[in-house]
Amino acid sequence: MSFPLLTATAAVPAIGAIVTAAVPAARRTAAKWVALFFSLVTLALAAVVFVRFDPGGDRYQLTENRSWIADFGVRYELGVDGIGVALIALTALLIPFVILAGWNDAEPQETGSSRWRPTQGFFALILMVEAMVILSFEATDVFLFYILFEAMLIPMYFLIGGFGDRAHAGTDQNAAAQRSYAAVKFLLYNLVGGLIMLAAVIGLYAVAGSFSLTEIAAARASGELEMATNTERWLFLGFFFAFAIKAPLWPLHTWLPNAMGEATAPVAVLITAVVDKVGTFAMLRFCLQLFPGASEWATPVILVLALISIVYGALLAVGQRDIKRLIAYASISHFGFIVLGIFAMTSQGQSGATLYMVNHGISTAALMLVAGFLITRRGSRLIADYGGVQKVAPVLAGTFLIGGLATLSLPGLAPFVSEFLVLVGTFSRYPAAGIIATSGIVLAALYTLVLYQRTMTGPVKEEVAGMPDLKARELAVITPLIALLILLGVFPKPLTEVVNPAVEHTLSDVQKTDPRPDVEAAK
Amino acid sequence: MSPVNYLYLAVLLFTIGAVGVLIRRNAIVVFMCVELMLNACNLALVAFSRMHGNLDGQIIAFFTMVVAAAEVVVGLAIIVSLFRSRHSASVDDASLMKL
Amino acid sequence: MDNLIALLVAAPLLVAAPLLGAVVLLCGGRRLDRAGHWLGTALAAASFAVGAVLFVDMLGRDVDDRALHQHLFSWIPVEGFQADIAFQLDQLSMTFVLLITGVGTLIHVYSIGYMEHDERRRRFFGYLNLFLAAMLLLVLADNYLLLYFGWEGVGLASYLLIGFWQHKPSAATAAKKAFLVNRVGDIGLSIAIMLMFTTFGTFAFGPVLGSVGETGEGTLTAIGLMLLLAACGKSAQVPLQSWLGDAMEGPTPVSALIHAATMVTAGVYLIVRSGAIFNAAPDAQLAVVVVGAVTLIFGAVVGCAKDDIKKALAGSTMSQIGYMILAAGLGPIGYVFAIMHLVTHGFFKAGLFLGAGSVMHGMNDEVDMRKYGGLRKYMPVTFVTFGLGYLAIIGFPGLSGFFSKDKIIEAAFAKGGTEGWILGSVALLGAAITAFYMTRVMVLTFFGEKRWQPDAEGHEPHPHESPKSMTIPMIVLAFGSVFAGGFFSIGDRFLNWLEPVTGAEHGHPPMSAATVTGLTVVALAVGVTIAWVMYGRRPVPVTAPRGSLLTRAARRDLLQDDFNHVVLVRGGEHLTRSLVYVDHTLVDGVVNGTAASVGGLSGRLRKLQNGYVRSYAVSMFGGTAVLIAATLLMRGV
Repeated sequence: MSFPLLTATAAVPAIGAIVTAAVPAARRTAAKWVALFFSLVTLALAAVVFVRFDPGGDRYQLTENRSWIADFGVRYELGVDGIGVALIALTALLIPFVILAGWNDAEPQETGSSRWRPTQGFFALILMVEAMVILSFEATDVFLFYILFEAMLIPMYFLIGGFGDRAHAGTDQNAAAQRSYAAVKFLLYNLVGGLIMLAAVIGLYAVAGSFSLTEIAAARASGELEMATNTERWLFLGFFFAFAIKAPLWPLHTWLPNAMGEATAPVAVLITAVVDKVGTFAMLRFCLQLFPGASEWATPVILVLALISIVYGALLAVGQRDIKRLIAYASISHFGFIVLGIFAMTSQGQSGATLYMVNHGISTAALMLVAGFLITRRGSRLIADYGGVQKVAPVLAGTFLIGGLATLSLPGLAPFVSEFLVLVGTFSRYPAAGIIATSGIVLAALYTLVLYQRTMTGPVKEEVAGMPDLKARELAVITPLIALLILLGVFPKPLTEVVNPAVEHTLSDVQKTDPRPDVEAAK
Repeated sequence: MSPVNYLYLAVLLFTIGAVGVLIRRNAIVVFMCVELMLNACNLALVAFSRMHGNLDGQIIAFFTMVVAAAEVVVGLAIIVSLFRSRHSASVDDASLMKL
Repeated sequence: MDNLIALLVAAPLLVAAPLLGAVVLLCGGRRLDRAGHWLGTALAAASFAVGAVLFVDMLGRDVDDRALHQHLFSWIPVEGFQADIAFQLDQLSMTFVLLITGVGTLIHVYSIGYMEHDERRRRFFGYLNLFLAAMLLLVLADNYLLLYFGWEGVGLASYLLIGFWQHKPSAATAAKKAFLVNRVGDIGLSIAIMLMFTTFGTFAFGPVLGSVGETGEGTLTAIGLMLLLAACGKSAQVPLQSWLGDAMEGPTPVSALIHAATMVTAGVYLIVRSGAIFNAAPDAQLAVVVVGAVTLIFGAVVGCAKDDIKKALAGSTMSQIGYMILAAGLGPIGYVFAIMHLVTHGFFKAGLFLGAGSVMHGMNDEVDMRKYGGLRKYMPVTFVTFGLGYLAIIGFPGLSGFFSKDKIIEAAFAKGGTEGWILGSVALLGAAITAFYMTRVMVLTFFGEKRWQPDAEGHEPHPHESPKSMTIPMIVLAFGSVFAGGFFSIGDRFLNWLEPVTGAEHGHPPMSAATVTGLTVVALAVGVTIAWVMYGRRPVPVTAPRGSLLTRAARRDLLQDDFNHVVLVRGGEHLTRSLVYVDHTLVDGVVNGTAASVGGLSGRLRKLQNGYVRSYAVSMFGGTAVLIAATLLMRGV
């Protein structure tokens, strides 16, 4: 039996979490280095997965299959397709930067109690999330996926509620209350979604007699497994609801601004760039593959919701006074694009959506982490408290601008590639939806540039005057991210090569082909 | 003598025990009443065993006795430590386990 | 073959040289502060040199063999959707390459002097190099998506340069406004590319323009209108013109290079490049012509009222680009002249802006022309070069503007029918107004009495001639303003050069060419005379008089900004504010309401948990009793 590479990519961060948590209280710095080391090992393993994956080969590769809960037919079944590979790479790539950016975010506040180890806890929780997210991208057993989908809420809950942003909008007491409100809201929303999904998972087992994605899909494709139309629709809705909350799609989005606003910047990145991707990923992998008929049935409504998300998220971002909430609403708008691309059911749309997940991860990480550096310096999240930062900290302002430009999808930076693919893919099947979504590019420019103008330009505010520029650690975080944004913006081929075949498989599941160009069609 | 009479006695003992648990405040007395209820059950089990002509009831009675002995050890320890910390053995005083 | 290989290296080098400059200058840090401007200028010049070599090589080849194609690598390959990084260098691109790198290099040189006292000069040169790279990418792209890349790239450079003095809120606002208005135009370009993709399955120039005949006019009209929207944004045409005036917040070399000579003409390039589409879609063409004609007058009227020298020139730029768009909308009769006017305009307008910058340099950055006056004695070189640019732009016979503008007016008349008469007359009227406002600028600045006063801190300006690094580019540009038009027109050189790419037709104006020229000269004379009478003969008040209703409206950009402010800005603010409220109360409220009702219920339930052991015991007994009773009852039934 070959080396279980996929298990290893998830096991390494999990072991890392345990080791980090076990570091003695006094050795805080050691814990950070241990966490960083394990995240880098994971990154190396993810790179091996990326290289070993053969885009032209089988749909699911590097598969592992062991019996787990034999009585219920639950198996520990792993396998990756191109979409999974891309997202594993993203996750493994972002975590070291998240750790590095959050280096000083979890210092013990009072030195008195020697047994309290927030630093170890913080980094262990991050690694725990990484392990679960990576495994969920690999799971091809529905039940296994469900367990991970729910289990990752636990470390996230503690990360949001336990390590909130010290730079808050209100007074100290207020901040603690807001933080726990945000954490509880995050948990409740996602638990409700998970509960409904659990019902659908059980229902699926009752109908199909198996939890294995590959088995069910094969049985459906060959006609062995017939599903009544209504059953399929209900099951689809059960799954989709959970993923739409996680994604998040309008009108189930309100937990995100709270969670991202109250969490520290690295944790906010973890939420939007890593954990939320599980939602959109699952739409592609589970909703379309298990319930092709119902997916098509629901497409019109989902497209409308996605369009509302795009425009609504962007408009609300314009109206925000808090930097991190603004970025959160921008993310809602971007998730609208991802969902739009998935349900446009064209190869451009879905390839674009997958690239969008990766690119949005990187660009939001860049913008949010710089915003975090900025907020730590001044101790406030309010846009109005800044002004003229570029005069005192030009490198910080410059990187912030690049992050912003990536968010507004400037050509040459990675998000442009994915956004344009999503737009083209949508337009070729649903022109009206494509045109409405295109208006998002103006709104994106509006909220980004307004944010930049209010914080970075103009006369230097008194409180900003002594602000130091980026330090070496912060530059080490932001420079590679920017380099990646440019690289993937100009040469996204390595990624598209991996993603394209997977998308073709998904499209053949839903039995859709791309619309042909008019001229060719006429011939 | 008819075994049914043993059952009446068991019911009587159980009722006394139950009422004791409900109305007395002193933890030791409540504890004794619980023991009374357990023994009432033991009596009933033995009586049933006799009536049906097999030994299952008697065996269960032995189990109950062992469990009751263990319970006494744990229970008395709790009551003693409670008394030490609060200088009272009233069960109503220890009402902190509420939301 | 060696020659060809050299060419293959050379074309990407055009873009790479300034790009390298931008990267080095922007990432290099303070170490490069001392030499940065030289590096930036050298790389711009290198790009020009490469362009010149390629130009000579192109001239040496057969007419049919002149276009170069080069595929570098596949950019976005997705099933059915192939976007490449590929270059196309034909005569049209070559014209732009020379204009961009040539004028670009001159303005780099000028900036060395102009920005001498700015501590962020290195960054300024980095941005300028970035602009050159993006603009070259725009004109060298062989497909619309790559063009879009360059298109947004110049938008970014323009944003950075308009807002270069970011510490001024007005500059930051102007930069943001420019970017946003351009983005509205970009919607047009995006949709046009998507339409091309769904129609033709590709968006490379060759296949799209080659198979125009295979699709219906409706689709082509839609594509054409979307391209026009894009052009309106980038080239500051009505209704997306409002950003150009504000863009004058940027340093003057920027206004000269980006907002006069090159970037703002990208819209004209786009329309001429897509000529095949417009030729097959007359409705779209009509829209182009209307936009051009309206902007031509609009810009000219605005230019008449502004007292800020740069804003007056910005109005003029708008108006001159209106001429080009008008010509491009006329179809094959006009394409070549649109580009010719674009090139000559590049010379004289860049020269005029550099002159304005030179004046400001000597006048403590004062921009109000009412506070100039009589500067010809103090700045002789600036006066002469500015004067030559002035004569060129108003179309003084024999100078560049005369040749290019005259051809456009002629082509407008040649459109035929009522349309032709209307367009021709508008173009003539525009020429008269141009003569008026440019004379006004000239007279207010260089003639009359000196009107400057000490500023708030009591410093009286001491007008002086600018350093050599600034005057030499002005002299070179003045040279171009004088001779370029004649050089292009004699023997129809320019026409023959571009014809293989754009196609050309000879229209038949309803009157002879000489008559048109005569009318143009008359219009010009009228405009100059009125301006002279109004501003040259009478003393000019230092504070602007209230003016007529039209003047006041024109000072405020014909109220377009006010309209935008009330409808878009205010409306948008209300919309977002109410949406934030709705999100908080309604969307969030529904969910929170559900949670709250669950919470209320559990609040009541938790009272049962009172902590008294005996009450728990009661409930246990009660529960047991109920269970036993239920069991017995069930048995009994």
